[in-house]
Amino acid sequence: MKHWLIKRPAGWIALITGFIPLLFAIFLSFGSEKPAATIDEESKQCLVCHGSPRYELTDTLTGETVTMKMHAELQIDPVEYSKATHGAFKCTDCHSIDYHIHPHPVSTKFEVNYTCMDCHGGDETYASFNFETIEEEYLKSIHATELGTEFSCWSCHNPHTYRLSDKEPGQLMNRVARNNSACLHCHGDINNYAVLIEKELPDLIKSHDWLPNQSLHFRKVRCIDCHAANNDSIMVAHLVLPASESVKNCVECHSTNSILMGSLYKHQAAEKRNKLGFYNGVIMNEAYVIGANRNYYLNIASVVIFIMVLIGIAIHATLRYIHRHRKHGN
Amino acid sequence: MATKKIYLYPLWLRIWHHVNAILMLALILTGVSMQYSNPDYPLIRFDIAVSLHNISGILLTLSYFYFFLGILFTSIGRHYVMKQGFFKAFYLQAKYYLFGIFRGEPHPFPVNAERKFNPIQQITYNVIQHAITPITFVTGWALLYPETIILNVFGYSGIMLTSLLHVAAGFLISIFLIIHLYFITVGHSVTSNLKSMITGYHEIHEDEEKDSAENAEESSSENSGKSN
Repeated sequence: MKHWLIKRPAGWIALITGFIPLLFAIFLSFGSEKPAATIDEESKQCLVCHGSPRYELTDTLTGETVTMKMHAELQIDPVEYSKATHGAFKCTDCHSIDYHIHPHPVSTKFEVNYTCMDCHGGDETYASFNFETIEEEYLKSIHATELGTEFSCWSCHNPHTYRLSDKEPGQLMNRVARNNSACLHCHGDINNYAVLIEKELPDLIKSHDWLPNQSLHFRKVRCIDCHAANNDSIMVAHLVLPASESVKNCVECHSTNSILMGSLYKHQAAEKRNKLGFYNGVIMNEAYVIGANRNYYLNIASVVIFIMVLIGIAIHATLRYIHRHRKHGN
Repeated sequence: MATKKIYLYPLWLRIWHHVNAILMLALILTGVSMQYSNPDYPLIRFDIAVSLHNISGILLTLSYFYFFLGILFTSIGRHYVMKQGFFKAFYLQAKYYLFGIFRGEPHPFPVNAERKFNPIQQITYNVIQHAITPITFVTGWALLYPETIILNVFGYSGIMLTSLLHVAAGFLISIFLIIHLYFITVGHSVTSNLKSMITGYHEIHEDEEKDSAENAEESSSENSGKSN
């Protein structure tokens, strides 16, 4: 008996028009980023002003309208927000309900912002993130000890755009760039730096001129890979160190016990040697770190060849010596 | 006692050879130090090794082109041309190095003004200079500018493959160097080859001259036989 699909062309059509696009949809969804959240109607109202560089304010008594500039720090990109980790929240989930009043009343200026720990502290749902250790590490960091209340989680992690993406495989360069941009927001911008501290902004190119292939390092590794102390119980190091205590010894990365395996490549690092015999094989997916990427089998082969050559030379030299000795003896 | 001296190694060639030797040694030592870097047993401090390796690699590239122009535009180049009957000559030379040398047999291809290298030297120098060394500096330059390297080659990292090729070629050069150093001693006396590379003169001794004359006779009779 012939199968119904073969007998009925309609079956094939159904398969092609239904099943194959479904498969495509499944595959494509694996490769895409976190699906964008739908922004609720109430928040959309906020974004009418905060979603653009200019906004209009109307005097309800006179009906007059003025167009004003929106301060860059108060602008929210709706697309970035909808894709962000917190993108499903309503604005008033975190901000005061008083923001519904226009112009916003003075009381909103005294609003105390939530910190990560206000929501995530002691929360079993996020136990794997170990927020308590992150806080402990952060409080020991140079940012907390030097800047105190001037600095907070939000100084690096913009709550409106922050995305939990460090676990995603591939696109390492993007991850490095995204991570470093958080540091460069202050360390690469004299205005943002001056807001935080009365100190001259160090020239990053000059202060890193000891680093061979400087631009390559800047593109391939994160600032925190050298400037923060690793902690095995958290995914990303938060104990940012003073410059004097940062990694400056090349072999800390360029050796088989590379510290990058506990930082930048932490999520992918599962084995010492991969199946092809390379130490720290995960590094090689997107980079090559001399000293850290050695091949076990090639190492053995090279030592064996080297020893064989030396033995060959020793035998040859001995036989030549014996011949010469006999010749002179005769 | 030497009976005759022939000027085989002109000054430009000797300078190139010694500069090249120093650069190769620096590259091998710094390369090994970086490849097998270990915080507990540092051979050369990593950043110093990187800078030295890069500078030596750039100089080696220049040194290669200096040598290349030298053999292209001077009479020295003729010693690198492999002639007909090379494989048979290679076999005879290999047989001599493996057996004949221990029995006091005459050198199958003694040095004379027209033949500086025996067949094994000829092919080794050609392969090292025109294949292996260019591989090291081409891959080395690529690793200096990794953005020029294809990111993915059949699923493997292009940078990783380039590095492997670089390290493998470097390893072959280090093996060549050891054998080359040993062959300094395979002259009329243990130090005669070393002296030649310093003074530029190769000393031909009575027994060598006799071998050379016999070989010349043999080859001329072979040639006349062929022409008949």
